[in-house]
Amino acid sequence: MKRILSGNEAIALGAYEHGVIFASAYPGTPSTEVLENLSRYPGVFAEWAPNEKVAMEAAAGASLTGVRALTAFKHVGLNVAADPLMTLTYTGIKGGMVLVNADDPAMHSSQNEQDNRLLAAFAQVPMLEPSNSQEAKDMTGLAFELSEQFDTPAILRMTTRVSHSKSVVEIGARRDMPAPEGFERDLPKYCMLPAFAQKRHPVVLEREEKLKKWAETTEVNHWEKGDASVGIITSGISYNYAKEAMPGASFLKLGLTYPLPEEKIKAFAASVKKLLVVEELEPFIENQVRLMGLTVEGKKFFPRAGELNPGLVAEAFVKAGVLSQKPPAPSFDALGAMPRPPLLCAGCSHRGISFALKKIKALVTGDIGCYSLTALAPLQAVETILCMGASISMAHGMHKARQTAGVKDSRPIFAIIGDSTFFHSGITSLLDAVYNQSAINVIILDNRITGMTGAQHNPGTGETLMGKPAPQADIAAICKALGIKRVRQVDAYNLTECENALREEAAAAEPSILITKRPCMQLLTLDAAKAFAVTEKCIGCGICLRLGCPAIYNGEAISKADAQTIRHRAAIDSNMCAACGMCAQTCPQGAITQPTSAQAC
Amino acid sequence: MNILIVGVGGQGVIMASDILADVALAAGFDAKKSEVHGMSQRGGIVSSHVRYGDKIYSPLIAKGQAEILISFELAEALRWQDYLTPTGQIIVSRIRLVPPVVTMGMAEYPDQAEKHLAGAKPIVMDALAMAAGLGNPRLVNTILLGIASNFMDLPLEKWNETIRNRVKSELADINCHAFAAGRKAETNIPL
Repeated sequence: MKRILSGNEAIALGAYEHGVIFASAYPGTPSTEVLENLSRYPGVFAEWAPNEKVAMEAAAGASLTGVRALTAFKHVGLNVAADPLMTLTYTGIKGGMVLVNADDPAMHSSQNEQDNRLLAAFAQVPMLEPSNSQEAKDMTGLAFELSEQFDTPAILRMTTRVSHSKSVVEIGARRDMPAPEGFERDLPKYCMLPAFAQKRHPVVLEREEKLKKWAETTEVNHWEKGDASVGIITSGISYNYAKEAMPGASFLKLGLTYPLPEEKIKAFAASVKKLLVVEELEPFIENQVRLMGLTVEGKKFFPRAGELNPGLVAEAFVKAGVLSQKPPAPSFDALGAMPRPPLLCAGCSHRGISFALKKIKALVTGDIGCYSLTALAPLQAVETILCMGASISMAHGMHKARQTAGVKDSRPIFAIIGDSTFFHSGITSLLDAVYNQSAINVIILDNRITGMTGAQHNPGTGETLMGKPAPQADIAAICKALGIKRVRQVDAYNLTECENALREEAAAAEPSILITKRPCMQLLTLDAAKAFAVTEKCIGCGICLRLGCPAIYNGEAISKADAQTIRHRAAIDSNMCAACGMCAQTCPQGAITQPTSAQAC
Repeated sequence: MNILIVGVGGQGVIMASDILADVALAAGFDAKKSEVHGMSQRGGIVSSHVRYGDKIYSPLIAKGQAEILISFELAEALRWQDYLTPTGQIIVSRIRLVPPVVTMGMAEYPDQAEKHLAGAKPIVMDALAMAAGLGNPRLVNTILLGIASNFMDLPLEKWNETIRNRVKSELADINCHAFAAGRKAETNIPL
């Protein structure tokens, strides 16, 4: 049977068919759907871990028990999980262990576009790169086999366009796996004390040589004979664009992009007049091919930043002189000058606290989550966004630097972080601030869900990925246990309460925690009957618009004809309004009200 | 065949493109589709590329190569019309979703958007009113697919089968009805 699946759905299917028993991940676009789908298959334990490092270590433990284990996260997650990976490559595995790592070229939903192929080479672990969903499924199985054959974790490297594109996949059945033997003691292999680790490093180097030999013969490094005037080495999504632009060229499509098959590449190069590498981001393949002593071009014509697309690849081929016909220019112009940035949902409680922060003129360090969006107009509440957990540690560093160097800046410092990001890496940052005594203020937006990636469960939710009840981590208790005395909860829908709380905490000479508790809008069903409405009292001052709520728009014009600027009454889209009431609180005229019938219930 | 479906996060663009790709597969074609999830879905711009044919490599459509552009919103049609072929067909739902940046006076919504639509005979439908008339404003996507189906070589029974498979069973009849209404409505569009 054939079905159209996304790359991520296909990986889940591949892992299931190839007998995976354990899977642990942290959600992150574009990787999230791998575990969401895998958790629905029978016979598989799948979980959300608090962060990627934990997920990889949990998968390592499962692997050493002799079962096939998978971990999955986005590219920047491997920065967090680099620690276990760099030594797992020494210890090796027992049951097959696969890391699905999804890069995000063009940064559709990320803070950088690092090319994680470099990290596979750094860790000296084999890396497979599918071009479509069928390959994603097949290479998931191959990755487990490679892992077991060569006693190493293996990486399945995805990119947004492979993870989130859908294509046809043949559905198979789960294969029977031999019963796992369980963990067996092997101290020199699994205890990386210096004396043992010194003996494992040569093993890694020998393994790499064996993998290079395997790379020469594997079918996933596929030579497609064609016109000998140009040979294209490519992999992943780039293969599709290149194949479409130059279907008749000679192709060496690499399914295994680390380590590379040197002999095969040399033979391919010798068979063509001109050698080109088509790859997204860094010249990862190109540089290695050049080190083989071959004349090759790539990044001279293809950009290092952003993702490729069919038009861009065709144009680059023209520049490289291998394609004579220029792609025709589009017949019509795009006329969409107006930006449409992503927004916090109507009714999102992050809006209230951000509005209050702006009002008290705080210096706010931001973090990774939906509240990153408060950096945009009109809220513009946060000043920094770096990586998971950095809001708290950066606030601490700012406070200490300001204090020690006598910087004249009296703005209170606030860090703002969501519950899932706090669990991920905010707790250790907070411990630093407490231990080294920074009078910073931390706002924890506790909506009990991982919102930005589409409402995944986390240790605060009370339910696991597989739908089982779980203990709910108590953020206030955690903060108190770390040594913070000032811990309070505020209602983020109450703007006055937020503002007063912020001012009080700003004035305190010790670290403080403010926790907001309102559910994520993705979990709620809206009721148009409860929607707020704008009455004729509205004078069009525009103050409510400063909330940046997508449900509020400009209604009827109310200015006199001779007015210099036209004023509009605000209007509220009743299908979008979540009845949070924040706009009503901002209105100096009391012009925004809720229907009395809705107030009663 | 290349079809670009665009709109704003939450409008049902991805559901529409899922249905279309499934219909193409059911009709015996190779099919691919591509879109971006995540941050772009918070009221931001959403685009979904759908391609079908004997053999499809790229899941993305190149600019100037889309035979059909289905837009769930007027300004979004303008934003993406450079993807159309010279004879490409635009199908737009007559909805203006004005982002807060415009409300705040920091940007302008395109003036008289309908007049600037590309192609000889752009189709602009009051799809939301039609959907509301059929009893559910969320039927906009099946109505737009119904209109677009007139420009594709995919059999009617595959459309109906796929829609039934894709939507909740209690909504299957009404969605098929909305699809049929869209498919029929196209012929009544004033030139």
